[in-house]
Amino acid sequence: MDYFFDETQQMIVETAREITREKILPVRAELDEKNEFPREILHDIAKADLFGIFVPEEYGGLGGGCYEIVLAMEELARGCVGVATSYAASALGIFPVILAGSEEQKEKYLPDIATGSRWAAFGLTEANAGSDASGIRTTAVEDGDSWVLNGTKQWITNGGESEIYTIVALTDPSKGARGASIFVVEDGDPGFSYGKKEDKMGIRSSATRELIMKDCRIPKDRLVGRRGTGFITVMKTLDLSRPGIASLGVGLAQAALDEAVTYAKQRVQFGKPIISFQAVQHMLADMAMQTEAARALVYAAARHIDHHPKDMSKASSMCKVFATDVAMKVTTDAVQVLGGYGYMKEYPVEKMMRDAKILQIYEGTNQIQRNVIGQELNKEYS
Amino acid sequence: MHIIVCVKQVPDAKDVRLDPRTNTLSREGVESIMNPYDRHALEEAVAIKEQLGGKVTVLTMGPPQAESMLREAIACGADEGVLISDRAFAGADTWATSYTLAKAIQTLAPASLILCGKQAIDGDTAQVGPGLACRLELPYATCVQKTRSVSTDSIEVERMMDDGYDVLRLPLPALLTVVKDINEPRVASLKGKMKAKKATCTVLSAADIEADPHNIGLAGSPTQVVRVFSPEARGDRKVFTGTVEEQVAQLVDSLRPYL
Amino acid sequence: MLLIDCEKCTACAVCESSCAFAAITVLDDCAVVNENCTLCGACVENCPEEALRIEVAEKRQQEDIQEFSGIMVFAECRHGVIAPVTYELLGIGRKLADQRKVPLSVTILGHGIERYCDSLIAGGADTVSLVEHENLAQFREDIFAQILACIIREQKPEVVLAGATAIGRSVIPYVATLVGAGLTADCTKLEIREEDGMLLQTRPAFGGNIMATIECPHTRPQMATVRPKVMAPAVPDPARKGQILRIEALAEELRSAVEVLESVQSDEDQVNIQEVEALVSGGRGLASEKGFVLLRELAAELNAAVAASRAAVYSGWIPYPHQVGQTGKTVSPKLYIACGISGAIQHAVGMQSAEVVVAINRDVDAPIFNIATYGVVGDLYEVIPELIRQLREVKK
Repeated sequence: MDYFFDETQQMIVETAREITREKILPVRAELDEKNEFPREILHDIAKADLFGIFVPEEYGGLGGGCYEIVLAMEELARGCVGVATSYAASALGIFPVILAGSEEQKEKYLPDIATGSRWAAFGLTEANAGSDASGIRTTAVEDGDSWVLNGTKQWITNGGESEIYTIVALTDPSKGARGASIFVVEDGDPGFSYGKKEDKMGIRSSATRELIMKDCRIPKDRLVGRRGTGFITVMKTLDLSRPGIASLGVGLAQAALDEAVTYAKQRVQFGKPIISFQAVQHMLADMAMQTEAARALVYAAARHIDHHPKDMSKASSMCKVFATDVAMKVTTDAVQVLGGYGYMKEYPVEKMMRDAKILQIYEGTNQIQRNVIGQELNKEYS
Repeated sequence: MHIIVCVKQVPDAKDVRLDPRTNTLSREGVESIMNPYDRHALEEAVAIKEQLGGKVTVLTMGPPQAESMLREAIACGADEGVLISDRAFAGADTWATSYTLAKAIQTLAPASLILCGKQAIDGDTAQVGPGLACRLELPYATCVQKTRSVSTDSIEVERMMDDGYDVLRLPLPALLTVVKDINEPRVASLKGKMKAKKATCTVLSAADIEADPHNIGLAGSPTQVVRVFSPEARGDRKVFTGTVEEQVAQLVDSLRPYL
Repeated sequence: MLLIDCEKCTACAVCESSCAFAAITVLDDCAVVNENCTLCGACVENCPEEALRIEVAEKRQQEDIQEFSGIMVFAECRHGVIAPVTYELLGIGRKLADQRKVPLSVTILGHGIERYCDSLIAGGADTVSLVEHENLAQFREDIFAQILACIIREQKPEVVLAGATAIGRSVIPYVATLVGAGLTADCTKLEIREEDGMLLQTRPAFGGNIMATIECPHTRPQMATVRPKVMAPAVPDPARKGQILRIEALAEELRSAVEVLESVQSDEDQVNIQEVEALVSGGRGLASEKGFVLLRELAAELNAAVAASRAAVYSGWIPYPHQVGQTGKTVSPKLYIACGISGAIQHAVGMQSAEVVVAINRDVDAPIFNIATYGVVGDLYEVIPELIRQLREVKK
């Protein structure tokens, strides 16, 4: 369907599509198999200015909104969700600075993020703080001109690959959720190191790693926003980033649909291409409908977020749940359409199915998203 | 350093074919693209510019809409586009084309390096590069697969041969034609695309480059196409049927004379 | 200019669909040409009403055209070794010379190459022009071009043939420009037109999707590079007699601006796929590098070498010297087994002169089956192991 993109949006779509075609598709299977971080591709993405989309113009970016970001991510995800996740993680990691950072922090970090010469990552999750983010244990203590951080972050996307980390830590443990703050920790800071690198089911080209802070001493000015406002910034950050994850689902579902239809036209059984069988046609029809519906919801949510920055949680959560559930369903069905071949690594759909699963889990499980939607509904109708 | 890249807009060759029934060229859905080899020449020029500083000019001979390709080149890092366009150039073979490009290059700022793709995919002749070097009296190397080093006065390259490669040092100015192995062309950047949208390209006519009418276009072309036709299809053929085992058995049987 | 006779034009639009450049469209009741026209002549050829013609300004006729006579072959040498294509050029060159009733000469440049003169004469040369110098051991375009041009100006052959090899394709266009001759690249067929003795040169264009026949009516010599492995090599006749002409190159002709620092022979190219009798070739359908392990196993059974389509090379599964097709090598083995290759025309032009082509492909509609002598429809990962098994059985 035609969504009537403006000229810039059209350019973004074309550029990201070209990255996918020229740079991602030829190597995605290899990256997946070798568990290899797509450093080269991220450099290509940087050269194409796509890292600038989510950075305001005054800092060398293109000042795109949520809509522009989801368009880029969708196209990259058509190639590989692992690569797209690595790209998205830099946006996620820098959103706290864009949303709450000081002028000095913005000037220090954003131009490099915009050119893609440095990448960011977001450090929230811990072993005991998954869906319940308030369970974090990492602490930050003021000591003279410094903050001293202690704790371990788990499953951090781009961990060990990025240079800039936004870390959520407790500055006033007694205040619970109101006692959290966000800090910028840079690669090479004393006491900051990387732990175990995960071996994952899907999105294997993305790096997922532990961040270890052991008496990690950073300057005072690394505190992002006011002390104690960490969780508010986290929530705003996730509201902004979830449509991005949703768009990964749309791109992935579209890629799976493309593969399934192409295969169904070629594969001959009982003397006919299998697309001529109604059983297959109906599966493909459902896949197409669901994908398009997911896309429409993601775009609508993104446009909503770009115009109503105060009221975004519900839209953001709804599109994340819907599009990522669709991605799981459509990729599973794509494997079914390809049958035995679909189950083999020779064809890309088994990877797509493995990649899809994480979309329902990360950046807030789909169960948590439904909670958010439910709570918002409860508020709306009170 | 000023680098000139010669590019050509070509029909996407994989889509062009002769309809065997009507014996007509079918161009349905055929898109015009920048000759793929030229894309690599452009990337190499931009990479050298990024290393040594300077300016990259893209030069093409073609119809007015070839300007869109020049804009694409600007989006990929070129600074300026020059289009040589005149009905009088139509029908040029490689001899007349190299003459025309040479005349145009002589009107531009002197260049240290002229880069071309190895060949254009519509003609596959690989003749314009060497021909242009001859007309400009430049040292040249064809089928360059790698730039080993480059300075303001010389360049060291690997030139592909049938059995390996030669390492050559050429004094600058020089002309190189490049193969695809030389680099991975970048994807046009968003900022480049915006710059390209606003750019104006210089258009040169036959008069602007003071071309001798006898040396350009069809009149200036020693070669002449007398016939265009479809390649012959193979006659005898047999596609086996049955299970894999049965098919292979038939195949092995048929191949006996060759085993 | 393309001229359109609107009286004859029936607006049938055949010209429109025949134009590869979208340069001609039918408006109302007559075709109209626009600026895209390259005067390629495809529309003129196809117009059923003869309503189109191309009018050319008078071409400049070379004045001394009558003085050119004889066929010349450029014998390419590298590191003191002659290229096999030379004997193929002798084969076709002899044929053309006999038809024109003119002598066939060979020009050979290099260092340590005198020993080839006899075999060139045995292969059909009436005279051999030998330029022997240590500066010619390495290939350098500028030196080779100057010397060749000088010999051409002196000997005035009507036809000059060279191999469409890396060397030929690099130096010959420069020579043609120097001597003002028309040049046709990559010819697959050369013949003399009876009526006027003109050389008709046929070559693939548009990635091999189309063949074009080309002539050079107004200039001499008529120059052509010829694709290796397309023409049959000359059958040597040791009894043949011929003349050897030693030519001293001038010092200034032997000076090059280019320095050859190193000459490297690729390891991966130990086996020249153009020289073997059987090839097992893999394409995109292999799906991964591992496929070539299987192909090598099959190749070992057949005493064959391994080749590849562009897609496989592009995916990095096998190095470029193994590539067959328009952008790779032209091969003509006795047996060519295409595994998981769709058979796009770009690939086909590189292998269609093989004696027997076997296609193994899952897709029954793949174009490779149109050019295959034998086709096996199925998953190559099932077919090839079965083929290996049965071949081993046959050998027992």
